[in-house]
Amino acid sequence: MAIDRAEAARIAALAKLELAEDELDAVAVQLSAVLEFVAQLDELGLEPGEATVLAPSGAPLRTDEPDGRTLAPGQATAGAPEAEDGFFLVPPVVENLEP
Amino acid sequence: MTATAPWQRSAREIATAVRAGRLAPAEVAEAGFAGPGARWEREVHAVLAADVSARAVAAAAAPRDRSLAGVPVLVKDNLCTVDHPTTCGSRILEGWRSPYDATVVRRLREAGAVLVGKGNMDEFAMGSSTEFSAYGPTRNPHDLTRVPGGSSGGPAAAVAYGLVPIALGSDTGGSVRQPAAFCGVYGLKPTYGRLSRYGLVAFGSSLDQVGVFARHVGDVAAVYEALAGPDPFDASSRCGAPPDVRDWTAGVRGLRFGWPENLWREGVDGAIVAALERAASSLERAGAIRVPFEFLPGRYAVATYYLLATAEASSNLARFDGVRYGLRHRAADLGELYSGTRGRGFGPEVRRRILLGTYALSSGYHDQYYGKASAARTRIAAEYRAAFGHGDFMLLPATPTLPFRLGEKTGDPLAMYLSDVFTLGANLAGIPGLSVPMGLEPGGLPVGVQLLGPADSEPVLLRAARAIEMDGEPARIASAEEREPAWPGSR
Repeated sequence: MAIDRAEAARIAALAKLELAEDELDAVAVQLSAVLEFVAQLDELGLEPGEATVLAPSGAPLRTDEPDGRTLAPGQATAGAPEAEDGFFLVPPVVENLEP
Repeated sequence: MTATAPWQRSAREIATAVRAGRLAPAEVAEAGFAGPGARWEREVHAVLAADVSARAVAAAAAPRDRSLAGVPVLVKDNLCTVDHPTTCGSRILEGWRSPYDATVVRRLREAGAVLVGKGNMDEFAMGSSTEFSAYGPTRNPHDLTRVPGGSSGGPAAAVAYGLVPIALGSDTGGSVRQPAAFCGVYGLKPTYGRLSRYGLVAFGSSLDQVGVFARHVGDVAAVYEALAGPDPFDASSRCGAPPDVRDWTAGVRGLRFGWPENLWREGVDGAIVAALERAASSLERAGAIRVPFEFLPGRYAVATYYLLATAEASSNLARFDGVRYGLRHRAADLGELYSGTRGRGFGPEVRRRILLGTYALSSGYHDQYYGKASAARTRIAAEYRAAFGHGDFMLLPATPTLPFRLGEKTGDPLAMYLSDVFTLGANLAGIPGLSVPMGLEPGGLPVGVQLLGPADSEPVLLRAARAIEMDGEPARIASAEEREPAWPGSR
């Protein structure tokens, strides 16, 4: 499966990853090479519906067990680039709130 | 005993001396930096952060009656620590400090160890050479023109050249075992879930496991004993008591080890093949039985691994978006803030893997790539289970080549990925693996081999490694307690 420049741009948009224009061609070539390599999995003749989940190995699913160790809002936001009163600051998400 | 300076001693010797009051933790914590660190760290660049005052505080707080009392330890920079930044080798987390310690870091401190700094790594643990660190590469202390392996290259190199006796790394596809082999030290990747991943910045959650570097088998056992066990903060941690590794000197008499020599009939360096034969002979002299058999899971493991690991990475790294951590690209629009931050903050290999993982998970391609790789993984795991019908453990290469030169593979992602061909199967199968140093080849480069066993076979792997360690000729496999650290540039 060859990836072209337009497909590389589409994947980058999905990944929320800004790429320089001159990087798109290189990314397309590298991803195509990797996809060509992983196509060897077709040789395995995997059956549809074949198990895709490893059997639990000593770590069965369980509910969370809170023990009181939590971060205060100020601790959680201390490493953020912009925060105020225990909240993370971001640009406006919803605009024109006036009816 | 020829080694006398604190930085030359094993972790267990240091702890014994500290418990007896013959050494002070502060003295030991500084010794590695004042000795080999002062001379070689500038060239090797194993350390990303090491703060004298944080070291002094940690040494003063270290309990002096515990198993690792006063033992200096370096941890890979993707393990959260309150007293040093945690950057994962990335610009996107430059200067970021975690508000909590990873569970393994907390347990190290409780065992008396002194955290002395953070080790260099490929950005977000994606790489096999430590050349993809945003803060510059680490060099192999045995030959500064060569890579130390990766992604835990900093911790491996630091142990090899004597800065610290033990270090922690993380192993998602071989990132502890491959650098251990390249640097000539032991590197243990435990059974999936035996060491808590809480506070390990996630890369591939179904594959990641914290691992241990040391210059002596007994030190690996001591660290494993201090760290292993369930953690209520890690839902993937294995329930029940971890296997008891205190009998690491018990020997291997009567144990059977698989010998899948078809794996190295071609494409493996001759020095590694010779080291495998020496290791097998050591095991046989100690009473173990060699069982040749054919084993072929490596053929599809690389493709399977790189689809699953990148898919998981694309999901895990979505959290680095300029809102909660570190770097932010200022933009009026939230979407531009996300993509601008990520485009500028992530390096080329991380961007490449996020893109591949995003593609493998995207609508229309999920079944073709992620689904197929998941099914292939279950087959590979079954093949490993069947392989251990041939023996209690198996002996195989850790890497196909000796340490390669800086820059040799950075332009060819696939060539870099293929250097993990012998290690990533253990991550896909969730089983433990131990890289065992076999001394230096005639050109002076370290050679390593690998032991793999079924889940919870850490005690057997350590016993086998000890049998090889005990049988080592000092010049070829620096043996047990008299092992000298590597001196960079000494060749």
